[in-house]
Amino acid sequence: MPAEHFDAIVVGAGPSGNAAAYTMGKAGLNVLQIDRGEYPGSKNVQGAILYADALERIIPDFRETAPLERHVVEQRFWMLSEKSHTGTHHRSDTFNEEKPNRYTILRAQFDKWFSKQVREAGVTLITETTVTELVKNEAGKVIGVLTDREGGPVYADVVVLAEGVNGLVGQRSGLRSEIKPQHVALAVKETHFLPEETVRERFNLADEDEGVVIEVLGSVSSGMVGTGFLYTNKESISIGVGCLVADFAREKIPPYELLDRFKNHPSVKPLLKGAEMKEYVAHLIPEGGYDAIPQLTGDGWLIVGDAGQFVNAVHREGSNLAMTSGRLAGESLIALKAQGLPATNDNLKLYRDALEDSVVIKDLKKYRKIPGLLEKNRQLFTTYPALLNRSMNAFLRVDGRDKRSKETEILKGLKKARGNWLNVAFDMLKVARAWR
Amino acid sequence: MTDKTNGSKSPRMEERLYQNRYQVDEGRPHVKINHQAGGDSEELKALTKICPAGCYSINEDGQVEVAADGCMECGTCRIVCQATGELEWSYPRGGYGILFKFG
Ligand SMILES: Cc1cc2nc3c(=O)[nH]c(=O)nc-3n(C[C@H](O)[C@H](O)[C@H](O)COP(=O)(O)OP(=O)(O)OC[C@H]3O[C@@H](n4cnc5c(N)ncnc54)[C@H](O)[C@@H]3O)c2cc1C
Ligand code: SF4
Repeated sequence: MPAEHFDAIVVGAGPSGNAAAYTMGKAGLNVLQIDRGEYPGSKNVQGAILYADALERIIPDFRETAPLERHVVEQRFWMLSEKSHTGTHHRSDTFNEEKPNRYTILRAQFDKWFSKQVREAGVTLITETTVTELVKNEAGKVIGVLTDREGGPVYADVVVLAEGVNGLVGQRSGLRSEIKPQHVALAVKETHFLPEETVRERFNLADEDEGVVIEVLGSVSSGMVGTGFLYTNKESISIGVGCLVADFAREKIPPYELLDRFKNHPSVKPLLKGAEMKEYVAHLIPEGGYDAIPQLTGDGWLIVGDAGQFVNAVHREGSNLAMTSGRLAGESLIALKAQGLPATNDNLKLYRDALEDSVVIKDLKKYRKIPGLLEKNRQLFTTYPALLNRSMNAFLRVDGRDKRSKETEILKGLKKARGNWLNVAFDMLKVARAWR
Repeated sequence: MTDKTNGSKSPRMEERLYQNRYQVDEGRPHVKINHQAGGDSEELKALTKICPAGCYSINEDGQVEVAADGCMECGTCRIVCQATGELEWSYPRGGYGILFKFG
């Protein structure tokens, strides 16, 4: 391990670590970044939708070189029941703008690209190295890291923990507790390859740059708190499903069976027909929201990205919050360095304040009540999607019965499913309140 | 080649993991079970169902065992069994373990 003393050590080369390292490297700080993968990205999983804005603020011209799959011109939301789906589509030609807003990506390739930019910004990267523990001085201040490589500790003024959702370094150094099963989702995903023209035709796309993403709620999670997704890449389709770990542990449903059921759903199967599955992956997603955020700073350390639970599960935004928190951490450390101030917990208020003032904490605060709501109101994942599909089906089927009886029947079904009208009203109120 | 996973039958785990790349650290498993005196906990048993890589199974003696070669390092088992103390879980040594091509 390098003997020199660094301005900062960044643990992890995912979007959060790369954003932090890039920001500091560009400003001339002496930064060491350590990742346990063979190459950055080799351990990382995402759906994946990339939101341009967060990256644009770090690398404005990323579109020229980044490995982007398709930009999203259409978003579908599906409420799934066993044999049907009911949903909405939003498609707009305004998404075909000069600088598109959202792209699908493949994380292993994207992270490799981002890491190249980081190294070009002057950061020293060491891969195939797992950080095992933080090194502290007598006063308890973090002064460096220990790794599973030969050689002693490496020292720095500050350690940026960009280690992702599991947060093991923070835990094993006593900075935070173990994650709770109700605060993380386990997601499994497969990548299915098809010729580019087939993807284009199946999703009604004009060319190889346009893409569709589908978010799915309902029978896809078999009664658990969870969602499914299906995204188009250039020559492949990413399909996955994720549910709370606490729910998997209780229901004991194998996640891959859930995924297989989703793939075989009559609405999905034709989209995957003839495709070749080339990878099966699993990863956790932080979903505890605002109340699950651990202590974010201390003397000589701070946390960015998934390690801080910065994911907005409702909007499936994580990589953008990871990059934003990484950038803000980098900017804060640059400012402290310029003023000759040490990275004490007090001085790192700069980072905490910047986060509070950013989309990261603002959005997590807005949706603070959602995780609890979903956990306690499973009917939102079961009763309502099933009912919606049944109702649509009854409504559309022309079978000689008059429309008024049909409507009455639909309303009766709704009332019956939730016991009485009061419960239906309460459900609506609860969702509206949590959303506010 | 046609897709092995789109048939109506659920594909076997080996087939599913076949396309994945691993660098196995021979002789250095990164997940170990410490069986407790009172028998395996419900949490540990649940892992035979919910580990996404099917690493856990019940052996002839009715005990849960783990073979983590196909592990995708998600961390689910560690979180589920945190309270029971039955699992010793660490990341594989740097460079070893799962290597995602697409992620
Ligand atoms: C199935 C799925 C779908 C998702 N879909 C979306 C989406 O569509 N859009 C979106 O914005 N977000 C999505 N997310 C969330 C997004 O992937 C994360 O928010 C994002 O990856 C967080 O970035 P990060 O840098 O904080 O963590 P990670 O990307 O997890 O990076 C952590 C890095 O740290 C390294 N590391 C960990 N521990 C150590 C150690 N001890 N020593 C050395 N290195 C270490 C790892 O190798 C890794 O490179 C999704 C997540 C999943 C799982
Ligand atoms: S980390 Fe995930 S894939 Fe690996 S053994 Fe545990 S549950 Fe299975």
